[in-house]
Amino acid sequence: MWRLCLVSGIAVWLAGTLPAGAFVAYVSNEKGNTVSVIDTDKWAVTNTIKVGQRPRGIEVTRNGKFVLVAVGDDDTIQMIDTATEKVIDTLPSGPDPELFIQDKAGKILYVANENDNTVTVIDLERRARMGDVQVGVEPEGMAISPDGKFLINTSETTNMAHFIDTETRQIVANVLVDARPRFAEFKRDGSELWVSSEIGGTVAIIDPVKHAVTTKISFNIPGLRQEAIQPVGIGITADAKTAFVALGPANRIAVVDAGSHQVTKYLLVGQRVWHMSFTPDEKYLLVTNGLSNDVSVIDVAALKVIKTIQVGELPWGIAIAPQ
Amino acid sequence: MVRLLVWIVFGLTVLVTTALAADPVQIEIGYLRRAGVKPTLSLVEQPAENDGVAGARLAIEDNNTTGKFLNQHFRLEEVRLKEGDDAAKAAIALADRNIGFIISDVPADSLLKAADALRDRGTALFNAGAIDDRLREHDCRTNVIHVAPTRSMLADGLAQYLVWKQWKRWMMVVGSHEDDKLLAEALRRAATRFGAKIVQERVFEDTGGARRTDSGVTLIQRQMPVFTQQAPAYDVLVAADESEVFAPYLPYRTWDPRPVAGSAGLVPKSWDAAQDQWGAVQMQNRFLKLNSRHMTALDMQAWTAARMIGEAASRTNSGNSKSILDFIKGPDFSIAAFKGQRLTLRDWNLQLRQPILLVDGRMVVSVSPQEGFSHQFSELDTLGVDRPETKCEWR
Repeated sequence: MWRLCLVSGIAVWLAGTLPAGAFVAYVSNEKGNTVSVIDTDKWAVTNTIKVGQRPRGIEVTRNGKFVLVAVGDDDTIQMIDTATEKVIDTLPSGPDPELFIQDKAGKILYVANENDNTVTVIDLERRARMGDVQVGVEPEGMAISPDGKFLINTSETTNMAHFIDTETRQIVANVLVDARPRFAEFKRDGSELWVSSEIGGTVAIIDPVKHAVTTKISFNIPGLRQEAIQPVGIGITADAKTAFVALGPANRIAVVDAGSHQVTKYLLVGQRVWHMSFTPDEKYLLVTNGLSNDVSVIDVAALKVIKTIQVGELPWGIAIAPQ
Repeated sequence: MVRLLVWIVFGLTVLVTTALAADPVQIEIGYLRRAGVKPTLSLVEQPAENDGVAGARLAIEDNNTTGKFLNQHFRLEEVRLKEGDDAAKAAIALADRNIGFIISDVPADSLLKAADALRDRGTALFNAGAIDDRLREHDCRTNVIHVAPTRSMLADGLAQYLVWKQWKRWMMVVGSHEDDKLLAEALRRAATRFGAKIVQERVFEDTGGARRTDSGVTLIQRQMPVFTQQAPAYDVLVAADESEVFAPYLPYRTWDPRPVAGSAGLVPKSWDAAQDQWGAVQMQNRFLKLNSRHMTALDMQAWTAARMIGEAASRTNSGNSKSILDFIKGPDFSIAAFKGQRLTLRDWNLQLRQPILLVDGRMVVSVSPQEGFSHQFSELDTLGVDRPETKCEWR
């Protein structure tokens, strides 16, 4: 009996001390109605969690306890317990939630609801709806300024980035960008807001104080027609030196010098690359390839694709838990 | 003194209120509709009373959601022609009310009359309902922007898929009406362009008679196999029947077991209620919510026309019709319409480039241009009449 206790004790202790640099990534599979769990030490799928219909936007709560996944066709956001890897509750989003973002404290969740031109505000602790903000047609991209003062929502048919005051929940500015804006990301110092336009084929760099587009990044890949270049997901390193832009059916990630806004390299990944997430140590960037049903792993320092991991059907979003 | 102060305060209040809520810029769009609705053979395909205009109404809502952030307001002025009404007169009446844009769903001849009547008036027509190639070729006009695809674009979209599928031997059945013959011509051209062969052509004469009868099926079941027997070896039966006389009777009734395409079976269209890729579900849901029915190709063409005007108004931040039209005709214009890529205008004839959906009534089977049909400028220009072949000379 003592021996058994000792053995299981060691097993628990071993499980609790994963090698340094091992993180857990969660990938939403839009068609598979599943979330794939990836161990970034083994670079392998360790579990596949069944979720609701059409999972897309995915985030890990700040405390690491839950994975939130928007299941658009079920008109809700499901909460997955990271310990048991099971769906344990739902959040009251509006119809067809797609992307969402939490505030810095992890207390409030802002959800873009594609079907009724609103952003829903949810209290994460009470798991209750606090209110709505009316925005443009087909809200999608969501970001919060690093100082927490402004929420950004992009609307796909209105083609704007809406600046929403998080205190008053009023729109304070609207910035016109190119067609079908899908994703918004701030530089960590708050100096720039980047917005990708899927159909326009550009990334707009917005001055968040002047509320104006200061420059636009275009992409040019020899031998590829311009219509195939459709920017979606954006990732910017914490030092704000390097940015990565997923180019959709161009099957490439553009590497951008985030200071000069010049494209320095294109990395070939899987088919129809959607979204991305850095490991917390920023050594790796994981990107989802919608049509080839896999995730590419990019070595951030070397700027090289080092691995491909097979996941579920039509992978879309990705989130990595803080350690 | 007190009275003076009161007046000053009152004056300031008025000033502030006007500055905060200046009247929105009004942008009016006319909508000219043809008289009557064409009867279809299939009861489920019978167009709704608001076919087309329902799409424009949704686009006005979408434009107004965006317009709220730019202080622009859009309004649709609908005019439905009656049998025998003059389209040109109706168009002039709209232009007289300073309406700068008219979405048109009228036949080719009426459209041309309206375009010529509007000449020098600064009002532009957005053709949402006429697929005739001649309107973009020898009958092209500088004041007509074509949102509807052409017959040749539809035929090319279908032909590319049939060739990709290796169904290269076509048996073609053509109706006896003028529009059927035009479609047959477009299909012949497409076969030559993409390497298919029409092994035989037959004409199905319209001998009149009711489209719906109580015992119709029994007769048709005997007629169609007989009509299609003794054909040379072929892969697919291609039907050219815009007049809705026979094509929907062909599937499952051909003498040889062969698929049907063209005016029935696998049909090329600009849009379909089954289209769900590239964010289209949101569009289908918005349309269903507003109109309580599914969205047709004509609805989509009208939606796109009204959205083009809204898009240009927001890009130019202007309600001035000349600025809006100049922008639409200029090199920076493009529109997103749930087809996976931006749509732009062909500058040589003002035709909107667009992918063509191939649908079977329940699903989107494929979307053309097909892989492998390449083009030096845009793959969308493999559909329809290309720049080097155009006969458009602006008049």
